[in-house]
Amino acid sequence: MGKPTGFIEYLRELPVDRTPLERIQDWREFHFHMEDRRLRHQGARCMDCGVPFCHTGKLLNGGASGCPVNNLIPEWNDLVYRGLWREALERLHKTNNFPEFTGRVCPAPCEGSCVLGINAPPVTIKNIENSIIDRGWEEGWVFPVPPAERTGKSVAVIGSGPAGLAAAAQLNQAGHQVTVFERADRPGGLLMYGIPNMKLDKQAVVLRRIKLMEDSGIRFHCGANVGTNVDPQMLLKEFDAAVLCTGATVPRDLNVDGRQLAGVHFAMDYLTASTKALLNGGPDHSPIHARDKDVIVIGGGDTGTDCVGTAMRQGCRSITQFEILPEPPQDRAADNPWPEWPKIYRMDYGQEEAAARFGSDPRVFLTTVRKFTGDSQGVAQLATVKIGWEQGTDGRLRPVEVAGSEETRPAQLVLLAMGFLGPESQLISDLGLQLDARTNVEAEYGKFATSVPGVFAAGDCRRGQSLVVWAINEGRGAARECDRYLMGSTDLP
Amino acid sequence: MNKGAPHMRPGKQGLYDPQFEHDACGVGFVVDIKGRKSHKILQHAIEVLRNLDHRGASGAETNTGDGAGVLLQMPHAFFKEVARKARLNLPPPGAYGSGIIFLPRNPMSRRRLEEHFEQIVQSEGQTLIGWRTVPTDNSSLGETARNSEPFMRQVFIGRDPALTDESVFERKLYVIRKRAYSEIRASTMGGAEYWYVPSLSHKTFVYKGMLLTGQLPEYFKDLKDPAMETALALVHSRFSTNTFPSWDRSHPYRYIAHNGEINTLRGNINWMKAREALFESDVFGEDVKKILPIVNPNGSDSAMFDNVLELLVMAGRSLPHAVMMMIPEPWSNHEHMDDSLRAFYEYHSSLMEPWDGPASIAFTDGHKIGAVLDRNGLRPSRYYVTKDDMVVMASEAGVLDLPPEDVLIKGRLQPGRMFLVDTEAGRIVDDEEIKRQVAGERPYRQWLDEHLLRLENLPAAPEVPVPDHDTLVQRQIAFGYTFEDQRVLLAPMAKSGVEAVGSMGNDAALAALSSKPRLLFDYFKQLFAQVTNPPIDCIREELITASEVWLGSEGNLLMPQRADCRRLELAGPILTNEEFARIRRLHEPGLKVGVLSILFRATRGERGLIKSIEELRHAARRMVEDEEVNILVLSDRGVNREFAAVPSLLAVSALHHYLIREGLRTRVSLVLETGEAREVHHFSLLIGYGCSAINPYLAFETLDGMIRDEFLQDIDHAKACSNFSKAATKGVIKVMSKMGISAVQSYHGAQVFEAVGLRQDVIDEYFTWTPSRIGGIGMEVVAQEIMMRHRAAFPARGTHIAALGAGGQYQWRSDGETHLFSPESIHRLQKAVRTGSFETYRSYAQLIDDQSTNLCTLRGLLEFKSGDSVPLEEVESVESIVRRFKTGAMSYGSISKEAHETLAIAMNRIGGKSNTGEGGEDPERYQPLPNGDSRNSAIKQVASGRFGVTSEYLINARELQIKMAQGAKPGEGGQLPGSKVYPWVAKTRHTTAGVGLISPPPHHDIYSIEDLAELIHDLKNGNRDARISVKLVAEVGVGTIAAGVAKAHAEVVLISGYDGGTGASPQTSITHAGLPWELGLAETHQTLVLNNLRSRITVETDGQLKTGRDVAIAALLGAEEFGFATAPLVSMGCIMMRVCHLNTCPAGVATQDPKLRERFAGTPEHVVNFMQFIARDLRQIMAQLGFRTINEMVGRVDRLEPRKAIAHWKARGFDFSNILYQPDLGPEIGRYCTDTQDHSLDKSLDVTTLLELCKPAIEQGKAVSADVAIRNVHRVVGTITGSAITRRWGARGLPEDTVQLRFKGSAGQSFGAFIPPGMTFRLEGDANDYVGKGLSGGRIIVSPSPAATFVAEENIIIGNVALYGATSGEAYFRGMAGERFAVRNSGVRTVVEGVGDHGCEYMTGGRVVVLGATGRNFAAGMSGGVAYVLDEAGDGRSRINKQMVAITGVTDAEDIAELRELIERHWQHTRSALARRLLDAWDANVGKFVKIMPKDYQRVLACIKKAHDQGLTGDEAIMAAFEENARDLARVGGN
Repeated sequence: MGKPTGFIEYLRELPVDRTPLERIQDWREFHFHMEDRRLRHQGARCMDCGVPFCHTGKLLNGGASGCPVNNLIPEWNDLVYRGLWREALERLHKTNNFPEFTGRVCPAPCEGSCVLGINAPPVTIKNIENSIIDRGWEEGWVFPVPPAERTGKSVAVIGSGPAGLAAAAQLNQAGHQVTVFERADRPGGLLMYGIPNMKLDKQAVVLRRIKLMEDSGIRFHCGANVGTNVDPQMLLKEFDAAVLCTGATVPRDLNVDGRQLAGVHFAMDYLTASTKALLNGGPDHSPIHARDKDVIVIGGGDTGTDCVGTAMRQGCRSITQFEILPEPPQDRAADNPWPEWPKIYRMDYGQEEAAARFGSDPRVFLTTVRKFTGDSQGVAQLATVKIGWEQGTDGRLRPVEVAGSEETRPAQLVLLAMGFLGPESQLISDLGLQLDARTNVEAEYGKFATSVPGVFAAGDCRRGQSLVVWAINEGRGAARECDRYLMGSTDLP
Repeated sequence: MNKGAPHMRPGKQGLYDPQFEHDACGVGFVVDIKGRKSHKILQHAIEVLRNLDHRGASGAETNTGDGAGVLLQMPHAFFKEVARKARLNLPPPGAYGSGIIFLPRNPMSRRRLEEHFEQIVQSEGQTLIGWRTVPTDNSSLGETARNSEPFMRQVFIGRDPALTDESVFERKLYVIRKRAYSEIRASTMGGAEYWYVPSLSHKTFVYKGMLLTGQLPEYFKDLKDPAMETALALVHSRFSTNTFPSWDRSHPYRYIAHNGEINTLRGNINWMKAREALFESDVFGEDVKKILPIVNPNGSDSAMFDNVLELLVMAGRSLPHAVMMMIPEPWSNHEHMDDSLRAFYEYHSSLMEPWDGPASIAFTDGHKIGAVLDRNGLRPSRYYVTKDDMVVMASEAGVLDLPPEDVLIKGRLQPGRMFLVDTEAGRIVDDEEIKRQVAGERPYRQWLDEHLLRLENLPAAPEVPVPDHDTLVQRQIAFGYTFEDQRVLLAPMAKSGVEAVGSMGNDAALAALSSKPRLLFDYFKQLFAQVTNPPIDCIREELITASEVWLGSEGNLLMPQRADCRRLELAGPILTNEEFARIRRLHEPGLKVGVLSILFRATRGERGLIKSIEELRHAARRMVEDEEVNILVLSDRGVNREFAAVPSLLAVSALHHYLIREGLRTRVSLVLETGEAREVHHFSLLIGYGCSAINPYLAFETLDGMIRDEFLQDIDHAKACSNFSKAATKGVIKVMSKMGISAVQSYHGAQVFEAVGLRQDVIDEYFTWTPSRIGGIGMEVVAQEIMMRHRAAFPARGTHIAALGAGGQYQWRSDGETHLFSPESIHRLQKAVRTGSFETYRSYAQLIDDQSTNLCTLRGLLEFKSGDSVPLEEVESVESIVRRFKTGAMSYGSISKEAHETLAIAMNRIGGKSNTGEGGEDPERYQPLPNGDSRNSAIKQVASGRFGVTSEYLINARELQIKMAQGAKPGEGGQLPGSKVYPWVAKTRHTTAGVGLISPPPHHDIYSIEDLAELIHDLKNGNRDARISVKLVAEVGVGTIAAGVAKAHAEVVLISGYDGGTGASPQTSITHAGLPWELGLAETHQTLVLNNLRSRITVETDGQLKTGRDVAIAALLGAEEFGFATAPLVSMGCIMMRVCHLNTCPAGVATQDPKLRERFAGTPEHVVNFMQFIARDLRQIMAQLGFRTINEMVGRVDRLEPRKAIAHWKARGFDFSNILYQPDLGPEIGRYCTDTQDHSLDKSLDVTTLLELCKPAIEQGKAVSADVAIRNVHRVVGTITGSAITRRWGARGLPEDTVQLRFKGSAGQSFGAFIPPGMTFRLEGDANDYVGKGLSGGRIIVSPSPAATFVAEENIIIGNVALYGATSGEAYFRGMAGERFAVRNSGVRTVVEGVGDHGCEYMTGGRVVVLGATGRNFAAGMSGGVAYVLDEAGDGRSRINKQMVAITGVTDAEDIAELRELIERHWQHTRSALARRLLDAWDANVGKFVKIMPKDYQRVLACIKKAHDQGLTGDEAIMAAFEENARDLARVGGN
């Protein structure tokens, strides 16, 4: 099937992005779409493997290899190649409730494990996924599907991030009345406020999906913070079951001198404020703003990149991003073979923009911050130090400061993007749930049942900080188990 | 031997089952045409028998034979005399009957049996004249034969004077014999197990026993008495696959002696059983009940054939008539057949299905004697007619030393033709006359015209069911459809009318271990032919296949009526909706259609399922008995939320067996309207279990849906459906041809399947007599699986998107079927071999070995029983263990040069063995590399295509492997499309770049076990230092075949699992044919041990071996060597893309594309690491189990046990006691290979004579010339000498005519096989089969003795399959050749004066000139070389298979010159009068020739010429031509 020689005939090709200098002028998404014919060629590059690693979803050597929701990638690649977009969409929706999210924000472990990637650039799986779903929306192939009959059971989903939404969508399909509780003013969780608009458009993409879910019969309660203005016990009484999808929202802090200074913020606070201001009509009115500031982002992950992109759009004076790890190699290292997640040097959109504006990659590797200094106005500068990695007696690598490598930099806005430690504990203890050794909610993967009968947990609050696509995977799984709990058996996948 | 009397055949035990015993043989007769009785005829026959000795066999004891015997006319004069001595007075001939009876040696028991018999004789109204003890001398017999020797008594029975007709008396004797068998053998009387009556007749008499051919006249002293006279004598020498006592299994039987095997036996038995209920007969009257059962269930296939033939004759048919009914010619695709004969066959096809399989049957009723060959001519039979009216017919020429000048005719039996001598009429009756006469006895055509209906003539149905789009997906899910089924299976069938092709092995879970609900079809595995009978090529030899089926009731076999052919004829078993609608609406007298639903209420589960089958059976009975319905439609239309369907196979088979038991089966045909069946395997099973025709309506609706979704493009629904039906029908024919069955009618109900994972109660009730040896699921799981699908289709609630599941059978899917190789295990293995980390290997092995949650294989259900462990350092070293390891047979062509050589280097480094596969090997590789590495594959494979099998190839092997079957596609050949025959591949295979290559399904020199023995012998002659290995694939009965292989003197037998890999094979075969090696290996070990043959042969196994644990289990089950293929490929970078057949392997492993080959990143170290990891892993297990060596481990099943506490919902019913069975035998019986085989090479003509004669040539290249006498027992003459020349002088051999040998006489098989350049063999006389097999540059000339007076070109001079696989050299034959002349010739230039059927089949090179007629199907599958055929009668073109060749006159000057030169050389060498005549009037004669040239070959040559014209030379020109040709999409290329 497909085109057996496509991978030999066609080269990897992605749609061009809007140019960095243009796109930092606004908050709109920065990808263009690719024309049909060329997309089909990209689909034809798929080799329709006997053992398609792309849809495995396994953890190898600490990284995801293959698609965690097990998208039927070869199938829809082939369908795209044949121009059968609607069938492709059907196969895509079979495993993934929200391809428009993953198609935009997923780091694409599928491409990292694409077999073609052994000795050639992998198939543009993520872009094809996104193209299928965008096409589906355009053509009107995505529409509300309320369940034919209701079971009379009700489920509360706490948290409306990707896990919560996936759980809600699945449970609704199974015929249960689902109510989603979201403590923020808008639904979507991380999708709404954690990821900036230029990467995932709030109105056009996130709210469009939520509207569709509402039209399918799911109720959303925003500003409903369970444990604060909603009584957890009441909730357990009123609903036949609950699925906890509150995320891993406790950020890792940097306990150094000057941390308390104004202008040192957690990245998530910064990003939330920015998006909220944008959606409220005044992007310039964000309470944490980078305009004309020297901005330092600490942390080299995706959130850090989002901070960079946001600061660029807010008109920062300079931007620097510190990463404690060394600069990754251009190609896979020997100990990082295919199909592991490739730990290689990449320029994400934020870095591209900074480089275009300021002339170089904003990242500084092997660097961490020793202290912040400033005054009552806030932080003014920070001191950094170089890091070396040494192997300890237990074989693990440990960061060691390099003597004499201290430097000082000006900084009026510092954003801490060093990851998350786990879920907030209050609600968990209110509900009487047990925690596991990593302070996540205890619930076995695959079963998702917490220590309290009828309460399930999914996503980052169970798993710890992870990818959107894992959250969707868990939300779906928890829905299946919740359905089984409610009905004695389940037809959910 | 246990289980059964100590001296008798062992009964069923462990995995050994005597019903799968096979035998094959030499058969012959001598007859005086004029019917003059003499002792000379008998003497001649005994001489013939002695000269057929090499076609028989002996077992572990060399003085115990498998059986020999003779059938003659009642020697009245002799008996009169001996009776007189016994004080018995014999009446005149015809007034008494006689026969030998096998009795127990205990006199008391014997007397009781005799008395009982006497009572029967009396009660049947005849008189007992008396008994005589037959004088025997058992002094030359071996122990086994002597221990089981019966006491031989001869009985004389006097005819009731009231019986005036001799035939009535003969029938009475028959009734007496049948009654006696039923009453005595089946009784508990002491010694009853001896009871056997070889013959009881007033016309004929049989002497036979468990004897070697030479022992027959010694044992039966009667035979030496000059008074013993007869005008005809039929003899037989048996080669059995076992070593067990078999006095009664020797031939001849009462009417026949048989060489061959009936493949459709199970079906034939069932159908006969079913027919018995309808038996009524004027001639038998009430006696008809006494002769039941007709078929003796303890007999061999030959015995059963004899049983039925005897019945047909007794019921009043002539012997030729009965033979024509049982072994009809292929008539449906026969373009030239006379209409009355066609009508005869067509009429009789509604009475009885053919007994299908390779067979040469010699038959006699005492007056007429004759022989017939099966439709495919798969057994050789030659005859001589002498000037003094004697006919000698035998499996070989030269079995009787006849002066050449006395011979009038030398002929051969032809496929489907009969040869008959009528001693009363005193003449030979030719095939045409016999058949014209038999066919003319009744107006069959008129009867057919009056009664037979044809589907295409029925009125079109006014309406045909329309697809129901709305419920399609739900119904698909209910019937287990997956997205993959659509994509992988249905789409190619609908698009191109052929079955889907896949590659690599099947490592998915067995159905019975799958956690998915699997269709019942998946629990059955297809059986296939190997060794004892050949698979057939249903594509290239389509003319012998037949797809017709008939609906309606059968009549009474014993008294046929004209209206018995009131039936509906269908062209094939797969019905489109339109065709099916016609049948449903059928309204004709004598044909009545009834419909029964096979739905049941889904909520009722198992009980509902069972009950619905009960109801179905009763309803069917009512319809047949009360309503006279004779076409019964079973339908599963109407599946919805409430109703689920009974698995269609279950419904069909349950009803089929019920109707057989109730005696109703032949009164009704079963037709199925089903949503379930969609794969070739499904259709095959349904037909195999009794369904006549199938309408797969949901498959058609699915195609409609695929077209609507534009998933299938550029094709309309009607065309898609007709393509699908065509592909399905072709696929079914392919499946049956794998078993050697050629007609759908005889496949129908033949049950050639084994169940894997069905519990015995399910088998007994619904699939009676199907082998199922490890238990498995019961009806509760069958029901559960239906429910799981049903729920998925009709979920209790919710509206989750109705979309088909992904599948995962053919390509891995995360929620699909479990596969051993998953992304994770592939990754870990590759990481392990690349980093050299045993720890990582362990993590890989853990994934494979730990099947506690995801069961996959049978071995996954086994556990080691721990014992006293030994320290690791005491265990055999890694270095020693890896010598037992081999890599799989993967041809250069299927995998790249880089991959192929990497494997060879790696295996040579560790002292293991790599395998060439079927593709030859580049001689460059025989030279070591500068660093000491060797690219020479230790194992050289000899497969059916014989590509590159030259003398040089043979001598460079350490092991020669005969591939009888391949795990991925047992029973099938292969095909390398032209686009993959790159120049370097072509060179190695001795063919032309860009021209497709076909490997036939069978080896054309192996149609039986004695043929295999011959090839083993040939190859041993070709390289005396190499071990000879035979590769088999696991299936039920493989142990028996392996025993035959051991007896045929192979040194190694390889039992491959069904799951082995392939470069390309139909998906059906990859998944559904063959069995796991665990079963095949255990059966093989047990059977070899039982036969005391285990110590003579090394047992090897392969098939998805992946870890040390796998190897340990294989050793414990009986293997001592181990093969790996997929895992080493993965080690070298293969990522199981499964596109080997597309040439697009992105890892550069399975591709020839130079660009992709650059991507190959494997190294010998990777493979070495893998092998060493396995050995390390294995050592740890050995230490833990307490074994210091592998030899100690072999067959120690006592150290295995079923895994405890298996939680799997399906695995509960498994029973491993058969696999873990250990035959109860003493310590003197060897359990692993310790002995060497005796090939008797020291007795060969080469060793006794030729080597010494040719010494000057071999050692110094000096010319040698000599005369040598030769006989048919001299086989493989010249091959050892040739191999010595090749060893000394290399592939180029010696200068022309350095060795010139002139032979006189009849040469045995394989004359001049593999002889190299410089050797010229002249033979004056004639030769048997396989002349010039694998000819490697030598020259062979055969002409009649100068003393002969017959016309050379009208007589047969050489046997079948001459020049098979020959690669270079010349051969001239003054006379005609048999069937399959120059099959797979790839370079020899030859002239012959006429050939039989299938000449030049699969030929890829060389020049063949036929100065005379060809048989049918000339040039089938021919893809290279040129043939010139003299067509003086002008009808030659019609016998040419035109699929791949173009036929033109010989007009081109170059062609004319070439042809003339060849004929001149023919004259020069043979002094052929015919050649002289042609040359003398050359200009007049050249126009009578036609030139046959393959179209592909022509095109490539044109491309090469073009490249030359463009200034390219050498390899460049060839590459340019290859590329140009590959782009040409108009190619014809096979299939």
